[in-house]
Amino acid sequence: MALLEVKDLSISFGGLRAVDDFNVSIEKGQLYGLIGPNGAGKTTIFNLLTGVYKPSKGKIELDGKNITGHSTIEISKAGIARTFQNIRLFDKLTVLDNVKVGLHNHNRYSTAAGIFRLPTFYRTEKRMNERAMELLKVFDLDGEADYLASNLPYGRQRKLEIARALATEPKLLLLDEPAAGMNPNETKELMDTIHFVRDRFDMTILLIEHDMKLVAGICEELSVLNFGKELAQGKTSDVLNDPEVIKAYLGE
Amino acid sequence: MIHMTAKLSKNVRSNAITYGIVLVFYAVVQILLATGNLSSLMRGLLVPLCMYAILAVSLNLTVGILGELSLGHAGFMCVGAFASAFFSKYMAETGMPAGIRFVAAILIGALMAGIFGILIGIPVLRLKGDYLAIVTLAFGEIIKNVMNVLFIGKDSDGLHFSMNSAVDLHLKEGGTVIVNGPQGITGTPNQSTFTIGIILLLITLFIVLNLIQSRDGRAIMAIRDNRIAAESVGINITKYKLMAFSISAALAGVAGVLYAHNLSTLIAQPKNFGYNMSIMILVYVVLGGIGNIRGSMIAAVILTLLPELLRGLNDYRMLIYAIVLIVMMIVNWNPTCKAFREKYSFRNIKARMKTAKEVR
Repeated sequence: MALLEVKDLSISFGGLRAVDDFNVSIEKGQLYGLIGPNGAGKTTIFNLLTGVYKPSKGKIELDGKNITGHSTIEISKAGIARTFQNIRLFDKLTVLDNVKVGLHNHNRYSTAAGIFRLPTFYRTEKRMNERAMELLKVFDLDGEADYLASNLPYGRQRKLEIARALATEPKLLLLDEPAAGMNPNETKELMDTIHFVRDRFDMTILLIEHDMKLVAGICEELSVLNFGKELAQGKTSDVLNDPEVIKAYLGE
Repeated sequence: MIHMTAKLSKNVRSNAITYGIVLVFYAVVQILLATGNLSSLMRGLLVPLCMYAILAVSLNLTVGILGELSLGHAGFMCVGAFASAFFSKYMAETGMPAGIRFVAAILIGALMAGIFGILIGIPVLRLKGDYLAIVTLAFGEIIKNVMNVLFIGKDSDGLHFSMNSAVDLHLKEGGTVIVNGPQGITGTPNQSTFTIGIILLLITLFIVLNLIQSRDGRAIMAIRDNRIAAESVGINITKYKLMAFSISAALAGVAGVLYAHNLSTLIAQPKNFGYNMSIMILVYVVLGGIGNIRGSMIAAVILTLLPELLRGLNDYRMLIYAIVLIVMMIVNWNPTCKAFREKYSFRNIKARMKTAKEVR
């Protein structure tokens, strides 16, 4: 059975049907792409999947569990993590603390333990530090652990955002335009990173991207969206050669 | 691995400096007191100093760490002051030992202010920025005004409440009015001392600093930096906002207890619990550095002492006060000044000397 099963997902804002009967089924370990022109409803789908918006119709199942209409927090706990189109880091926290916020729900101690520095505080903080450093090392950010997140260069901020998302131990990772604003070298490096994350963490990844080189390079399957409706779906090479898709999005 | 322990110890060291400053201040004042070098005016300022420092530290938790502008801090102080003074007065005749009674009064003041923090926080923390500031301002004023029309009396039947007048309490013979509307509470035992004030300040610092440097504090600061991202990694926004806001309110309540037990008459007036007070606490926080706990504490002490130290200059003292405010503001927040301080900070000079030595 698929890890993510989306059926007839729809949402309207006033008279506008931003997403109209969207269907997708993503297998575990898959690298799945979501493409389409600006305003097609891609980010809206991410917001629906993560509970920012409640769908007016349809069903979302993660690993056989119905998560339709659940809150953002519940969905994060259920196992969906995301990054944002415009980077959203905790600017005034250190790089290490950014990841430790991601570890929040899997490493607990009470408020009293934190204030009175009980043994569970030291134990848990030590475990969180180790885990966070492990994740930072994966993204080659361990040398900058003490930097403020806002002081990192753009490309590394994107990586930190992915590291923070992975810290929540998700089953499904949503990447919203990870290559936006990157130069070709950085994009190349990002492609390697995404591949590496998938293999190393056995992760399922759904990503939105406009960079066709990246999409063609790493996505195994694609959905193309236009005006909230699904235009095409299938193997990446088939979809990218579909005349409809070329007409609507890629340009002839 | 090395830098993790380094980071933990960096926090520990920074906290130790903060506690150290308080203890050194305490020692200096004790020496001055013992040698009789402190005027009676200054002696009268010692408890208020602790009180303002506690208020500044507690408001910094809301403004600097949670990142929400609250202008109703004096209201929570008012709740703590009245709840604790009421308790002390009520228990005064029961023969409860004074020490235990005062500790209980502190806890009750903190608890009541904390409860008000939660009650007010639930509707108010949905708002942001200016809107939150205006609504908290209004709540502070409402609390102060309610205290001015509240009458509570005690007789053999128990407690009586009224919002009209002392007569409406219909007390039996031998009953006493404890809270007497605009006349407030009189005869509160004067139990606040400088030593107790310093102990409460240290406890406040301990709670706030340890909270900030824990899992909960990280969650609170994450909400401040980016609410949407914090939510996306599963942080419960409402829970942590309320936690920070109510702890901040409870600590303001502690300052209120200190205030109430420093005077024999407790009256809710614009000058002690009005918005002027809330703004003044905010001034300490802004000048000391938003999010900088130690700075806000020091700013509170300096700005409380300054008008008194300048009393000899009479006409010019408020002028100098204003100039100091402006200069502190510039030194703390101007980018050039910040860069200058960074460059010539003790730590950086030390680091430069070290690298210079290595190069040689």
